[in-house]
Amino acid sequence: MFQRLRFVPARLLQAVPVIFGVTLLVFFMAHLLPGDPAVAILGEHATAARVTELRKQLGLDQPIWTQYFLFLGRLLQGDLGTSLTYQQPVSGLVLGAIPVTLSLLFFAVVLCLVISIPLAGIAATAPGKGRDLGVRIYTLLGQGMPQFWVGIMLILLFAVNLRIFPVGGFGDTPLDHIYYLALPALTMAIAMSPTIIRSLRSSTINVLGSEYVATARSKGAGGMPLFRGHVLRNAAIPTVSILGVNLGYLVGGSLVIEKVFALPGLGSLMINAIFTRDFPTIQAVALFVALFVVIVGILTDVVYTLLDPRVDLSSKVAA
Amino acid sequence: MSAPTAVLDGFQTRRRAARSRVLKPWYRNGSLMAGIGVIGFLVLVAILAPVIAPYDPIKQDLQNALASPGAAHWLGTDKYGRDVLSRLIWGARVDLRIGFLAVIIPFVVGSVLGGLAGYFGGWFDTIVMRIVDIFFAFPFYVMVIVLVFVLGSGEASIYLAIAAVSWVSYAKIVRGEVLVAKKQDWVTAAKLGGMSDARILTRHIGPNVLSQAIIYGTSDVVMDIMAIVTLGYLGLGIAPPTPEWGSMILDGQEFITTHWMQATIPGLVVVLVSLGMSWLGDGLSDLLNPERRK
Repeated sequence: MFQRLRFVPARLLQAVPVIFGVTLLVFFMAHLLPGDPAVAILGEHATAARVTELRKQLGLDQPIWTQYFLFLGRLLQGDLGTSLTYQQPVSGLVLGAIPVTLSLLFFAVVLCLVISIPLAGIAATAPGKGRDLGVRIYTLLGQGMPQFWVGIMLILLFAVNLRIFPVGGFGDTPLDHIYYLALPALTMAIAMSPTIIRSLRSSTINVLGSEYVATARSKGAGGMPLFRGHVLRNAAIPTVSILGVNLGYLVGGSLVIEKVFALPGLGSLMINAIFTRDFPTIQAVALFVALFVVIVGILTDVVYTLLDPRVDLSSKVAA
Repeated sequence: MSAPTAVLDGFQTRRRAARSRVLKPWYRNGSLMAGIGVIGFLVLVAILAPVIAPYDPIKQDLQNALASPGAAHWLGTDKYGRDVLSRLIWGARVDLRIGFLAVIIPFVVGSVLGGLAGYFGGWFDTIVMRIVDIFFAFPFYVMVIVLVFVLGSGEASIYLAIAAVSWVSYAKIVRGEVLVAKKQDWVTAAKLGGMSDARILTRHIGPNVLSQAIIYGTSDVVMDIMAIVTLGYLGLGIAPPTPEWGSMILDGQEFITTHWMQATIPGLVVVLVSLGMSWLGDGLSDLLNPERRK
């Protein structure tokens, strides 16, 4: 098992230039702001003293490469700058928001699997039949709906009409959190499920046609035990990497969903920061989300390798 | 007696099958026609907006705010008394225009970079693919939202922001296709024939690899429309009072308890666009890649 994970150090090393590039991109975003970044951040009506202060705080009076290395140096110390709106370290704001976004993501992935595995199974066991068509219509519609709109429709159904779930907010106790996260997580699960169902459906059809499933059948296995023991794990392998890639897209979507449901996570933090032109906070959230995506990419490779003994990524990474 | 008939039957069936696979004319392709029908209808609505919209989409009539659907206003009016149907029709202009136009820059930039990277390989390939990795680390919406903020609001910023994010996918697709194509015999033949790299790329590889990028483009249009609608919903898109589906949903959400249609209908229109584009994509995929059909 550990033998197969010997690609991990090399994979981590491969991520270094990407992370470096990510910091570079996030840094230079500030310089894409038209005119003086300090003025752009503070607005036209800022006093000259305030502008000078911010220029110094951002290091804008230094050459650009010095600025970048100062930025990188502060970053390594966990210093993401000071929020212009809240006048406190951005790292604190981000750390406070991360648990909300992560629990939302986790909840969404779980719900997505709860929706996708049965639907993919239903479709794959009768390709071309009525129930396959039904699942196809679901995936087609699911893919065509704007995520935030799905959220609003769920609010309309479950919060306004049926009054089962709250319209928004995060609650106070852990149990509350689960209750408040149900609708946003369901929204994201619906948004992600079409991709997962499609992948799982086609890989399940492949696995069902394989010789080892025929062998298992001939030995008398069938129904759920066959599905769980022989089909699902093998069919899941390609889906894991698709889930990994889509998690990045999902993080982006979660930022918008948080806004729909007024959840105090990274998304609300970033979108509010955009309206208050709080650039250090925007930078920090973008940076954190990108790092998260890079880490998920590595974890996906690890899970993929553990699920499938035939996969050997050491050569792929070395190349 | 029966043997020749069977042979003949077999022959005819095979010929029919061959015809349906290869010679089926484009207008007999069901999903392509469905896609053309839906998208054609919506584009026509957008073009004819000044003629067919019953009201001025930005003219306020506060006396008549939040009117229920009826003979005068088929879909009712919004909080400023503006006709919802007219805003929907005029919104098609904004959302469809940006959705289709936004695909062009990333398509060209991504295909060219991906094509060159795949064909020449070496350090150029390494650099392009590392840049792709870096951009890929930023989720679509994060990048678009931040860039629209940095570049300032307005349609030009939306094009640039979408281009900056989505060229990556075209580069990946075209590079992969070129890697396969350049190993084919016809490329070797062209090289041995003394053809220049530029000519091989534009005349021989290009037409063969671009079909995948075009098919991806149909789903990318949907992604872009989703992005515009999402930006509109977040209040970062096209500035009000220009009618736009996303901002209509945002306005409607306020009155979700009393006027549920206001937020629902623009979303349904987006679903219709997505369905149309997805049929168009399936149809194009059948047409351009008959051998890849499952």
